[in-house]
Amino acid sequence: MPVSTSPQGQPQWRLRTTKAQWLGYLAWLAGISLFLLCWKVISDNTMWVFVEDAGRQGTDLISRMLPPEWTYAHQLWLPMWDTLNIATLGTALGIMMAFPVAFLAARNTTPHPLIRSLALTIIVSSRSINSLIWAMLLVTILGPGVLAGIIAIALRSIGFVGKLLYEAIEEIHPTPVEAIAATGASRMQVMSYGVLPQVLPAFAGISVYRWDINIRESTVLGLVGAGVLVCS
Amino acid sequence: MLKLSGLGKRYPTGDRALTNIELTLPKGQVMALIGPSGAGKSTLIRCVNRLVEPTEGSVTLEGVELTRLSGQKLRQARRSMGMIFQEYALVDRLTVMENVLSGQLGYVGFWRSFLRRYPQSAVVEAFRLLERVGLPHALDKRADALSGGQRQRVGIARALLQSPKLLLVDEPTASLDPKTSRQIMRLIRELCAERELAAIINIHDVALAQQFADRIVGLRAGEIVFDGPPGELTSDILTTIYGEEDWDTTPEPEDNSVDERDDPTPPTPMARVAAGGAR
Amino acid sequence: MKLTEEALSEQRQQDALAGRWRRLPLIQSPLLRLTLLVGLVTYLILALSSVEVNWARVAEGAGRGLEFLAAFTRPDFISRWDDIWAGLLESLTMTVTSTVIGVALAVPVGLGAARNIAPMPVYWVCRGIIAVSRTFQEVIIAILFVVMFGFGPFAGMITLAFATIGFMAKLLAEDIEDLDERQVEAVRATGAGWWQTLNHAVQPQVMPRLIGLSMYRLDINFRESAVIGIVGAGGIGATLNTSINRYEYDTSAAVLLIIIAIVLLSEYSSSFVRRWTQ
Repeated sequence: MPVSTSPQGQPQWRLRTTKAQWLGYLAWLAGISLFLLCWKVISDNTMWVFVEDAGRQGTDLISRMLPPEWTYAHQLWLPMWDTLNIATLGTALGIMMAFPVAFLAARNTTPHPLIRSLALTIIVSSRSINSLIWAMLLVTILGPGVLAGIIAIALRSIGFVGKLLYEAIEEIHPTPVEAIAATGASRMQVMSYGVLPQVLPAFAGISVYRWDINIRESTVLGLVGAGVLVCS
Repeated sequence: MLKLSGLGKRYPTGDRALTNIELTLPKGQVMALIGPSGAGKSTLIRCVNRLVEPTEGSVTLEGVELTRLSGQKLRQARRSMGMIFQEYALVDRLTVMENVLSGQLGYVGFWRSFLRRYPQSAVVEAFRLLERVGLPHALDKRADALSGGQRQRVGIARALLQSPKLLLVDEPTASLDPKTSRQIMRLIRELCAERELAAIINIHDVALAQQFADRIVGLRAGEIVFDGPPGELTSDILTTIYGEEDWDTTPEPEDNSVDERDDPTPPTPMARVAAGGAR
Repeated sequence: MKLTEEALSEQRQQDALAGRWRRLPLIQSPLLRLTLLVGLVTYLILALSSVEVNWARVAEGAGRGLEFLAAFTRPDFISRWDDIWAGLLESLTMTVTSTVIGVALAVPVGLGAARNIAPMPVYWVCRGIIAVSRTFQEVIIAILFVVMFGFGPFAGMITLAFATIGFMAKLLAEDIEDLDERQVEAVRATGAGWWQTLNHAVQPQVMPRLIGLSMYRLDINFRESAVIGIVGAGGIGATLNTSINRYEYDTSAAVLLIIIAIVLLSEYSSSFVRRWTQ
């Protein structure tokens, strides 16, 4: 808390020192200029003519959507079944792959720091790339269909489940692990008795959470030909 | 039976935990290790079963040099050293029986233990031990449903199921009330007599140590400063171990366990070594 | 024969004494256990059989798959660099503007959606905004906005800003609801008004988390900007889409590597910023 003396000899209090104040202004200035610069790039790349009639387009779209045509609904059963399968099987596959990766990535269970960085790379790559992009790639490789969707969902889930699970593993109590190691248990036994029971609740929670996200994600996979709900 | 010579430990941070420890423990002897927090008591007993790697010196158990063992051999050596922990170190979400049976892990293969298919003799022995520590009815309870004293009994049963020759006991009573503490110490003492086990008990409570141990070793700043029978522990020697304090007007320094409960050893290296198993 | 709990426990003890011990099953009733198992197996069979795989097509695609993997060892940044750069610039600018606008709009909505400081009608309106913004996938919103605003980064920006509002406002509101009441009371007890209370009691408590969340959202927005390009909302997704459709896997690999690198970078910097604001 800087306290300075005014010309009249009275002590004055300000929240920040003059230097801190100027640095603050400077940071704001830099931030605002960055924002304006970005805005300019976007506005240069935008056809404002199209934006002007946005209201008309929007009302047009909504008026065509309302009322919903319920007669069409019976045709949706199959796509919905496929969507559910993509989400469920994809999640299951993803979890199976994420499980060992998480154990290799957690600081306290990894066999070697090099393996740890490899596992972390897998997790980051999987997290960086949206399932829609995975699906797009897989459709060109496997052809359109449910399988591409399942694998896309699985590949994206590895990173999500893997990250949350390895964080949970790093937060376990070390003493039970130590106690199991002291009985002469092997590495795998230490994992299954000391670590696994402690992370099981977190693991179940993470899996269900990801399954929920995947149901929503798999509805849009149809856009690129993996699954069906949107494209019809 | 157990012989430590020239044992030393320096943590990667540069802190010296133990210096030149010389100690011989004959069969069947119960030895109490006393000393202030941070004196290296926990590190010493963890160096014996190599949950903490000693940086110099040797540990010999029945003629086998432990410091150079690795993998399978180290696991076999750990089997013959049962360990009992301060905060019981039970796996909370497993049942009492599973916790006791985990003492057999050094003897059975991975899949047998994963599927909980333990040999019949091991199950019988585990149940006998539960009866011996007075908890046969708790068999299917989860470990976190038990009280502190009960959990420590389960921890003792687990250690004994290893059929150890030596017990390493780390602050068995630090989280228990005075009455339960005495019961637990008596139980350990009786079990050692029944099975002719040697034991190193690392304990804060000097009165308990004097009452239940055959021999007392005082540790200060990583060095042994006293070694002798309980009767020779005078207030002068307590001053050497713990520093200046009026020892005679305090009837029994029993409250020590309350304010010195926290373990001074840095947890991270220990945890890493434990999880890494034999490395 | 149905056993009481005590008799069961007695039975288990007798068995253990004879060396017969099994872990107690997770679900006690054998009938329920069987039903669940049969249900699970039936679902798996039905689900797996509904996965139609055109093996001829897969065999044909396998070569392309290998080619794609091989492309990662020799990503081609050069030949389409202009496209990549344009897409990247659009994505990055979209990310920045949408996060700024989204956070700026999310703060009032979040304040309004916190039950402990907002009046009831405002609370319901703000919760409604959050619900609408969170229900729909970004891609679906993007399609809507592309129809309204035409192709290009403007539609993408609006999409991401819209999604940001729901995300940030919800977390901010939860944060405010969790904040330490005693500090708020202490400031109110000095006679402070609503705005003063907000400034002196609420803001200091939620600010570090707000900054952390904004950094996190910046990261998410960048990743999402790569996706909404596929439906025509500008950004690097469009570049990626084109390269995949043209089977130019070297370029796709380059784009994907750039995305991964930027996400990594933002992850490191956000952990740094979070430590700095603590």
